[in-house]
Amino acid sequence: MNKSRGQSQPKKYGMVIDLDKCTGCGSCMVACMAENNVPFKKDETNKRDSITWMKVYRLTNGKPFPDHDICYLPRPCMHCEGHNGHSPCVSVCPATATDYSNETGIVSQIYTRCFGCRYCMAACPYHARYFNWWDPVWPAGMEEMLSPDVSVRMRGIVEKCSFCFHRYQRAMDKAHLEGRRDLEEAEYQTSCTQACPVGAITFGDLNNPEHKVHQLVKPDNAHSGRPQAPNAFRLLERLGTNPKVYYLSDREWVRRAGDNYLKGEGTIGAKH
Amino acid sequence: MDSALIPQGVKRCSLGKFALFIGIVGAVLLWGVYAMLLCWLKGLNQTNMNDYYGFALWIWADLAVIALGGGAFFTGFLRYIVGKDELKNIINYAVLIGFICYSSALLILAIDIGQPLRGWFIFWHANVHSMLTEVAFCLSCYFAVLSIEYLPLVLENRQLNKVPFFHNLAHNMHEVMAVFAATGAFLSFFHQGSLGGVSGVLFGRPFGFREGAFIWPWTFFLFTWSAAAYGPCFTLMLTRLIEKVTGKRLVGDKCVDLLAKISGWMILTYIIAKIADTLYWAWVTAPEAGFTLMDFYSNNPVYGIWILVLEIVIGGIVPALILVTRKGRKSSFLLVTAVICGVIGVSVNRWVMVLQVMAMPVMPFDTWAMYYPSWQEVATTILPVAYGVILVALSYRYLPVFPQEKELNS
Ligand code: SF4
Ligand code: SF4
Repeated sequence: MNKSRGQSQPKKYGMVIDLDKCTGCGSCMVACMAENNVPFKKDETNKRDSITWMKVYRLTNGKPFPDHDICYLPRPCMHCEGHNGHSPCVSVCPATATDYSNETGIVSQIYTRCFGCRYCMAACPYHARYFNWWDPVWPAGMEEMLSPDVSVRMRGIVEKCSFCFHRYQRAMDKAHLEGRRDLEEAEYQTSCTQACPVGAITFGDLNNPEHKVHQLVKPDNAHSGRPQAPNAFRLLERLGTNPKVYYLSDREWVRRAGDNYLKGEGTIGAKH
Repeated sequence: MDSALIPQGVKRCSLGKFALFIGIVGAVLLWGVYAMLLCWLKGLNQTNMNDYYGFALWIWADLAVIALGGGAFFTGFLRYIVGKDELKNIINYAVLIGFICYSSALLILAIDIGQPLRGWFIFWHANVHSMLTEVAFCLSCYFAVLSIEYLPLVLENRQLNKVPFFHNLAHNMHEVMAVFAATGAFLSFFHQGSLGGVSGVLFGRPFGFREGAFIWPWTFFLFTWSAAAYGPCFTLMLTRLIEKVTGKRLVGDKCVDLLAKISGWMILTYIIAKIADTLYWAWVTAPEAGFTLMDFYSNNPVYGIWILVLEIVIGGIVPALILVTRKGRKSSFLLVTAVICGVIGVSVNRWVMVLQVMAMPVMPFDTWAMYYPSWQEVATTILPVAYGVILVALSYRYLPVFPQEKELNS
């Protein structure tokens, strides 16, 4: 509870990604891998079993030149809230190895409890979960440089983006030592947010009106759970996963690419 | 040489011939065991699964054998609870098939998980919201029940039965079998249902997701119903098969007819419910998620609309119509056709609910995830079949599985 702000709202960390700014450079992917000790494989040619907590998709409007347009869509874990905190992946895990935190709104993964049934992978429509098909391989010398705050995962379990949760813990430890119970916006940022050279990613507490993410999507004014900002959308919103990652784009085809629009359906945020 | 072990009054092939048969099937079994060890020792990188396609061929086999093994609980329920006495002539065989199917299912699950040594976490850290938790608990308990049901049959082996303790134990177990049959039916209701719930609750996967009652999606009820409907088809199909192989009549017409008739009515009612479910899904559930029915069956090389026709028409309506008519059941050809169609129907249903669910793209910019199993997956999927053949062969040779055999072949 964020009592110090006089609110009863719990924190709800989320991300806003401006797709009109993203250049698809992949810095976020690299930063995420390095920060979170994401292992390499000897052979990375099969992308369907490479681990990329943050993955950049390339979307196209499918039109020929000169109307051709592309968009890069970074996809971390959406930290879905689902129905009453029942994210698709959390509710199905038989061993309670993945959990939704009411304190932060983050979906965590307990590596030592996961036994690798992959039911959570089946449940996640965003393919945000990754299985360790192989033993982790670290190039010579790299063993020394692993991020000490993040545990290394073993073969046979599932892992995913944690919104760099260890950074939250570190920031909270510091705040507690200083006698605070609350964090400033800048104190907890994910590595991909920091690494993005064009500032396309914004991270913060969606429930906190002082945070930029809140202002970008203005959820307070939202009707029926949809963001007010006309250019904001969430991936597969209609499935009821209630993601905490918002995307911004002024391009209508991009917003349409975010959900399965049926023929003749109006786009969220479109001017009527 | 082993004649002292063979039930009295029945004929079996020579031990040499039998050993040769077991040897051949045993080689297949060893091939599967080798693949299984590879998965355990080297990991699931031995399979062709990937992060887009996390359920292997063997998970389909798992669901299919559980559905087909449903003949055990349903026949037990009819025999002991409803009181269909005629079914006593096939109950042993149904229990044997159930025992094989369920032990296979547990073995497959043990191969499927990435950390087999942590398999017990499912019980220890159980998440009561997860369908898989319910599956694991009920499956293990029901396997224990099936073992208890199979045990008296083993104790009735000619030599074992000479030991007074075993003789009395088998006798007493028969006396209380109704309790186990009831427990089995109860457990089966839940685990068959929760297996249906496994994909039915995936609200992120509109191909599998179903609305439902309380915490249960419609697939929960459909799976239980279909297992009860099609399980007996599998028992009958295997009965015919073993009769063909041995060249003997093993189960009387009256018993076959009764089971076929009940199965037919169950399939008929099931398929009506399944059609209603499909229509609701196509008209309400799918459009709410932004899909039309044909989105699920186009733009890919395998999953055409034919698969729905195969499941509902060939695997549902056809066997139902054959089995509910006296004429259909009387004709050996039609009966065999119906039970084969039924087995295909329920297997296709389990296939789509496991593999097509995974293949179907959900994000608009994604494509179908096509997958073909590695030889290790195929071998481990065949492993339970080889194990089943061996167990049936051994049980048939040494245990009184078919009480009518003597009278039908004299
Ligand atoms: S994006 Fe996937 S892994 Fe992340 S919370 Fe949602 S369902 Fe779970
Ligand atoms: S793979 Fe791990 S986290 Fe996922 S459902 Fe299974 S036990 Fe839970």
